[in-house]
Amino acid sequence: MSDHVAQGSPNAKGSQHVLEVAGLSAWYGEAKVLSDVDLRVEPGEVVTLVGRNGAGKTTLLRSVMGLHRHVEGTVSWGGSDLGRSSPDKRARAGLGWVPDDRGIYATLTVAENLTLPPVTSKADAWSLEQVYEQFPVLHERRDFPGTKLSGGEQQMLAIARVLRMGSRLLLLDEPSEGLAPVIVQRIGEIIRQIKAQGVSVLLVEQNVTFASTVADRHYLLAQGRVVESLDNDSFQSRTTELLEYLGM
Amino acid sequence: MTAFIQYTLQGLALGGFYALAALGLAVIFGVLGVVNFSHGACYMLGAVGAAVLLDATGLGFWAALPIVTVAMFVFGVLMERLLVRWLLRLDPLYNFLLTFGITLFLVDLVKRRYGVSSLAYELPAGLKGRVDIGSVSLSSYQIFVAAFSVVLCLAVWVLLTRTRIGMIVRAATEDAERSRALGINVGRWVTPVFGFGIALAGLAGVLRAPTGSVNADMGSFFIIILFAVVVIGGLGSILGAVVAGFLVGLVEAYGQGYAGSFSQVLIFVLMAVVILVRPSGLFGREEAAS
Ligand SMILES: Nc1ncnc2c1ncn2[C@@H]1O[C@H](COP(=O)(O)OP(=O)(O)OP(=O)(O)O)[C@@H](O)[C@H]1O
Ligand SMILES: [Mg+2]
Repeated sequence: MSDHVAQGSPNAKGSQHVLEVAGLSAWYGEAKVLSDVDLRVEPGEVVTLVGRNGAGKTTLLRSVMGLHRHVEGTVSWGGSDLGRSSPDKRARAGLGWVPDDRGIYATLTVAENLTLPPVTSKADAWSLEQVYEQFPVLHERRDFPGTKLSGGEQQMLAIARVLRMGSRLLLLDEPSEGLAPVIVQRIGEIIRQIKAQGVSVLLVEQNVTFASTVADRHYLLAQGRVVESLDNDSFQSRTTELLEYLGM
Repeated sequence: MTAFIQYTLQGLALGGFYALAALGLAVIFGVLGVVNFSHGACYMLGAVGAAVLLDATGLGFWAALPIVTVAMFVFGVLMERLLVRWLLRLDPLYNFLLTFGITLFLVDLVKRRYGVSSLAYELPAGLKGRVDIGSVSLSSYQIFVAAFSVVLCLAVWVLLTRTRIGMIVRAATEDAERSRALGINVGRWVTPVFGFGIALAGLAGVLRAPTGSVNADMGSFFIIILFAVVVIGGLGSILGAVVAGFLVGLVEAYGQGYAGSFSQVLIFVLMAVVILVRPSGLFGREEAAS
């Protein structure tokens, strides 16, 4: 395919890529783990979802992605209701999922992990050259099995993979978890770079210091409910109080 | 030494049947999440199909190889479209039961139509003789089967590792849900992959027809060995299916040669040892890996 010639103006700004979640509830069997969640991510915005273990953060991302099906409420993307549409359709519509386990394929090489997903938006997609330039280690290791990379490298690969697709909204599930501070810092840089390109990010985080260095706004989630929604300035000035409230 | 070479060839030929069929089982399990119990019955249908083709039209082994394989592909496609597909959203156990039912149905159907005794099938012209290499005399048919299945497994390997379709199948085999979330329409590959897997089982049956006994029950023991192959290789591993297929074939042949009637027991001893040492199989992924 045309990976090597994908050019033009990558990452062009624009379009109405707004994520809107309204009245979303989710269940596992009888257990209700999300109740009536409303949230919104504007184009180019970095929004975090903060909450302690078991608050329902992963379930929320999986519901947005269409992976968790036992839900009520609406998820709309770019103004249209995603309804019951399948995860692959959502991914091709511009949602880029980076799961909490990074989701790197052991049976695929690093390069194959990168080129597996279809390019969904030529204008936004990073070319392979761009990816390798940003992440030289992925180039060095391109012929290694994906899981032979270190944890931090796998996280880079998972993010690079959806950027190469041309995703317009990245759903990052605890990307900093278990990584050394320098790597967390590097992930922060990448997020700021993505944002500068007009791509939005919905970031699940428990590392609030990290969250406050990259985000515009925050939603605090407790027991499946959004208990606060606030901008980064208020978040920073009230951090201690909020964390206590969340029990983190 | 002479005997050893003969047993090795015999083992590779036997292993060829197992490897081809197990490969089909592995891709079906990988992409659909279905443990296809009817794989043994499809192997039987391949062999019976070859015998019936010979009887009805006079077309022999060389014609049966492509004709029956394609017919089994179509059969697999129909089976997936008409039956398996409707249960994919439910617990995988339902499809296991469905394919078990299909097995009983196919076996009884063949028994009704062709009886229980073995159908006649001949070694193809040109492969009847033996090849003498030094002091060793080898069956040319076994040489053919061993070489053919090794080449075919390699071809499938190239398809899986060097093409985009192969990459998608490998990714879906490793984690179908994740592949969907990365924009891949896994559903589109479900039918061809199922057909492909069934075609491989049928092909193994055709290859077996000239030397085995062709009858309705030939698949029932085969499927048990096949499950042993899958456990040894690692459930969900494509490479594991092929390697374990040949390994089991060799163990069976050496067993027959050196340990007489113990040969089949040896397969299960091997399986038990593998489970003890590596519970996820030779090439299976450890559950703990995250
Ligand atoms: N497969 C499942 N079956 C049943 N309950 C589940 C399942 N997955 C999650 N849960 C429950 O749903 C709730 C929300 O889980 P979720 O994984 O969304 O939380 P989280 O905020 O992502 O937590 P963490 O910070 O630990 O990742 C938890 O109480 C969890 O126990
Ligand atoms: Mg989580």
